[in-house]
Amino acid sequence: MSDDLLSLQLRSRRGGFDLDIEAEIPLAGITAVFGPSGSGKTSLLRLIAGLDRPDQGRLAMGEAVWVDRARHVFTPAHQRPVGLVFQDARLFSHLSVAGNLDYAQRRAATGPTRFDPETIIEALDLAPLLPRRPASLSGGEAQRVALARALLTQPRLLLLDEPMAGLDHARKAELLPYLDTTLRQLGIPALYVSHSVEEVVRLSDRVLALSRGQCVAMGPVEDVFARLDIEPLERDFEAGSVLAGHLVDQDERLQLSRIDIGGQILELPMPAALQPGDAVRLRIRARDVAIATLKPQAISIRNVLDGRITSITADENSPYADLTLSIGTSPLKARLTRASVEALQLAPGLAVYALVKSASFDRGPG
Amino acid sequence: MPDLGPLWLSLELAAITTAILLVLGTPLAWWLARTRSVLKPAIEALTALPLILPPTVIGFYLLILLNPTSPVGRFWLTLTGDTLTFSFTGLVVASVIYSLPFMVQPLQSAFESVGRAPLEAAASLGASPLDAFFSVAAPLSIRGFLTASILSFAHTIGEFGVVLMVGGSIPGQTRVISIAIFEQVESLQYQDAHILSGMLIAFSFITLLVVYSLNRRFRVHVG
Repeated sequence: MSDDLLSLQLRSRRGGFDLDIEAEIPLAGITAVFGPSGSGKTSLLRLIAGLDRPDQGRLAMGEAVWVDRARHVFTPAHQRPVGLVFQDARLFSHLSVAGNLDYAQRRAATGPTRFDPETIIEALDLAPLLPRRPASLSGGEAQRVALARALLTQPRLLLLDEPMAGLDHARKAELLPYLDTTLRQLGIPALYVSHSVEEVVRLSDRVLALSRGQCVAMGPVEDVFARLDIEPLERDFEAGSVLAGHLVDQDERLQLSRIDIGGQILELPMPAALQPGDAVRLRIRARDVAIATLKPQAISIRNVLDGRITSITADENSPYADLTLSIGTSPLKARLTRASVEALQLAPGLAVYALVKSASFDRGPG
Repeated sequence: MPDLGPLWLSLELAAITTAILLVLGTPLAWWLARTRSVLKPAIEALTALPLILPPTVIGFYLLILLNPTSPVGRFWLTLTGDTLTFSFTGLVVASVIYSLPFMVQPLQSAFESVGRAPLEAAASLGASPLDAFFSVAAPLSIRGFLTASILSFAHTIGEFGVVLMVGGSIPGQTRVISIAIFEQVESLQYQDAHILSGMLIAFSFITLLVVYSLNRRFRVHVG
């Protein structure tokens, strides 16, 4: 069902917070719902799950209309084919891990079993946990169980509400690969709420960016994150670009990977397990890009890309200017001081060299 | 050896009352725990009234409500051919009313401490509200049910004033253990009063001991 869309026109006011969102989200792959705390991410997810009612609006998944306030249509949460993973796992403390999974399975939507228990227990490494009580699980383990439990209801859409928010770095690093591989492997459409750029880039195909209860951007990860204009709205948004490319080869001796970005080569410290030809995504922060008008020599930075300035925006109240370059066909953001822009006489159309000081390496989708 | 009839009658009355209160008190406590209605404080106050009213006040109004000349009493008389006052059925009705807060209050606080989170999780897993109540809220509130049942049971056994006013002292019908002891003391049969009182103390202690022991075991699983 490629034409399936989750279409939202939702308005809700709760305790002085207004949510007003209109969006059409393709039901394929992983869509990140991204924004700072208090931007309405969790409220949106609760409306989609049916835990809260909007004051006005309409919500439909494909042909099925779940909410239409004008026509008094409201499908309660337990009748929506939606799996929900809460921030705090919410496992049932009176049941064992196996009991929690069984609970979901017995209430699964009728129809073909797309996610069978054995596959899921194996994919999420749950076998050793089955007899345990939820209280004895670590945060990461509890979230793995919660994910399995949500999948066993045979949902058509999975909602994840910051499943890593309560975890420390070590637990996050442990859970992330499980989330990544399981969601890809099962191919279930998912909405993933997060305020972490790292998680979004790693996991998602597209981003719905929220700010103060409104949708401010929606589209492929690369495009949305390349848009600097959402930055002032996002407190913890580290402006930058996401570039898509593929691995050319790896140098075992120097521990470097060479990445082809639109015909130009970037060298980066080697990540784990990648094969030549694998699609990768790189995130490059605007402040990690420097500009030269002459090809630099005798410099430690090895990643120098040919590009052309497409736009410069500067604010008189700020010492900085934001530049957009085109590197082949991809946009690359750079942040310089306004003083540098003047000294180098930078202007749109000028051919320049972009010096990339660092890039974080994220495995691309699939 | 005194007649043990009143002891069995008390146990029967307490068991039936507790069973009825479980059925009536659970939905009331559930509603009180979850509602945002403006009526909530009024209903809570009404439910708690038997805690502070003297038993004679409840007994007096029940007598007026249940006697054969009142609408309720007359209806019951034509339906069953029996009166509600000075009968076992009347005692059950009275006990349900005066033990109501002992059922509702522990249940309400148990339901409140379960909170919304597990019920939302149950709903997201496809459980209807009724299913979620029985499969999640009730097991998580098991100690509340235990406490509420024991308190209702014990309070029904211990009640005296309301029973005396509504039921009198008809052997096998309304002569429960507290009435029997009162009459034995009045007629100076201290020997019999000692035996019945001692039995009641032993019974109550053993019941409470069982409850508290169970309570400790359940805490491991549910807490």
